[in-house]
Amino acid sequence: MPDVKVTAVTPDTAIDVVGLVKRYSNSPVNAVDGISFSVRRGECFGLLGPNGAGKSTTIGVLTTRIRPTGGSAFVDGVNVVADPVRARSRIGVVPQRNNLDRSLTIRQNLLFHARYHGVPAGQRNARANALLAQFALTDRADDKPDRLSGGQAQRVMIARALMHSPPVLFLDEPSTGLDPAARLFVWDRIRELAESGVTILLTTHDMDEAETLADRVGIIDHGKLLALDTPQALTHSLVGSATLDVVVHFDGAFPSSAQASARPSPTAEISPRPDGDVLAELGQLDGVVRVERIAPDGPGLRARLYLTGDPARLVAPVAELVATCGGKLSDVRLGTPTLEDVFIHLTGRALR
Amino acid sequence: MSLVRSPARSGAGHAFFAILGRDIVATGRELPIFLAQVGLQPLFLLFIFGKILTTLGYATGDYAKLLFPGIVALTAALTGLQSTALPLVVEFSWTKEIEDRLLAPLPTWLVGVEKMVFAALRALVASLVMFPVGIGVLGSIPWRLGGLGLLVAVLILGALIGAAIGLTLGTLVPPNRIQIMFALILTPLLFTGCNQYPWPSLSHLRWFQVITAMNPITYVSEGMRAALTPFIPHIAPWICLVGLLVSLAVFASLGLWGFLRRAID
Ligand SMILES: Nc1ncnc2c1ncn2[C@@H]1O[C@H](COP(=O)(O)OP(=O)(O)OP(=O)(O)O)[C@@H](O)[C@H]1O
Ligand SMILES: [Mg+2]
Repeated sequence: MPDVKVTAVTPDTAIDVVGLVKRYSNSPVNAVDGISFSVRRGECFGLLGPNGAGKSTTIGVLTTRIRPTGGSAFVDGVNVVADPVRARSRIGVVPQRNNLDRSLTIRQNLLFHARYHGVPAGQRNARANALLAQFALTDRADDKPDRLSGGQAQRVMIARALMHSPPVLFLDEPSTGLDPAARLFVWDRIRELAESGVTILLTTHDMDEAETLADRVGIIDHGKLLALDTPQALTHSLVGSATLDVVVHFDGAFPSSAQASARPSPTAEISPRPDGDVLAELGQLDGVVRVERIAPDGPGLRARLYLTGDPARLVAPVAELVATCGGKLSDVRLGTPTLEDVFIHLTGRALR
Repeated sequence: MSLVRSPARSGAGHAFFAILGRDIVATGRELPIFLAQVGLQPLFLLFIFGKILTTLGYATGDYAKLLFPGIVALTAALTGLQSTALPLVVEFSWTKEIEDRLLAPLPTWLVGVEKMVFAALRALVASLVMFPVGIGVLGSIPWRLGGLGLLVAVLILGALIGAAIGLTLGTLVPPNRIQIMFALILTPLLFTGCNQYPWPSLSHLRWFQVITAMNPITYVSEGMRAALTPFIPHIAPWICLVGLLVSLAVFASLGLWGFLRRAID
């Protein structure tokens, strides 16, 4: 292991993962391939990655359900491999898939979970009522789980995970499959939990979610952690502080017409200069970090410029340069880079 | 919501009984259905072989006395088996609902032990129900107070063995093949367990006697006969008990090993 580190579990570290490797017995490749990170107490940490990146596997190891092939993992100071029983009492787990107990009602799901974890009888009912209310489930309390919508089931699973007041909460894709309103509701609850001091590790393949909820984000792909920082730092350091989307038309193709846009590549045959030259020259401009061609959803050449400075100041030089190349700037849009841009930068492909 | 950690009563024992409580609550309401489900087959076996065949004269009245202990034994073992095998397949591969219990603060193998204990409890209830059923169908059943201790021991072990075999099947057989396995395993188990004939009488069918000696249910049946109908030739009680303990050790180890394999990737 390159980053050999004596596990220094400091009191303010809630999760500590060092060189974690998991290879499933029936697989030729590592599902998790040497991941290291740690999460401060009270922090909300997001693991962002596409399908099959290894997010659930990482959570599986941290929640004692998957035995790692290598490396070590500590949760709330407890070695999850050496002492899984103690680790389980410190964690709440919301899995990616509905695993509610179908033989029990919603309320019984919460109450039995509390009993498994030894919450005293006198506190169980009050706690269940409070959580049912907090998650807007009071009127469904006596229903069976198979009568719930996906969003309601998700809320029940979060409420259940909180019944024993765990200091560390794992949420595996907490809002996948939820409608926008349900998503916002779940986000609000997660924020409340984070504010109340619960350490949260969540996974997502939605950069909005990572950006909105997580104090720090780890970008994971093919079992490897590609980058780890605050969402702002990740975007600023890797892809600049602003973006400028431009649409360029060359003489013959402008103004756009319906037939022109229907043709596969209208600019390529008409433009007096190859597109690549324009892009290369844009990249040379002062303040431009990188230029990326965007898949055209209309006529013209579309590109995104990643910038370090004030984007407004670059509009004029860009227009000028495009003009000298024989083109015309037909649309300009200022934006801020997102984690999606970071992901594209790191992996060369889009997240979804 | 308060973040203050409630002073939790911890301890694996507490979690174990909480999980047992869950199983009792989850299946308590279904008790009549459950009894119908597991009681129907032995009821018909008793009725056809113990009542109809003897009434028609194809079997003597003594046959019912021989059959009854075997049917109680069969009920204990097969109910135990059915109470672990299929539920485990469903909970592990389909509903995943066992996950919340696997995340409870107790060693994972204890969750498997709980499954076995609960299945054995169900099997005991079912086999006890066979006594009034036997009286109803046959008119009278063999009964001996002196055999009570042995009867209880044999039934408990038989129920646990059934549960352990079910745990083994439910966790080691791939979920998509469990139906086939059931068909291939249940029927031989049902007919090679000396439920319908006493083991010593097989002495001139040596090869079949050897086969039946390998079926753990044989020792349940023979132990039951030793307890209820000692006048019928049977395997000595101590051999039955040793056979049962060895079978239990083997299948419980296999089953718990399979359970751990399924529970932790
Ligand atoms: N039980 C298993 N046996 C074998 N391979 C597995 C198993 N579970 C996951 N994998 C493989 O490990 C890799 C990582 O899977 P994992 O579930 O951790 O991804 P993920 O990031 O959670 O993806 P998703 O967003 O789809 O949930 C994938 O290639 C997957 O096929
Ligand atoms: Mg996943």
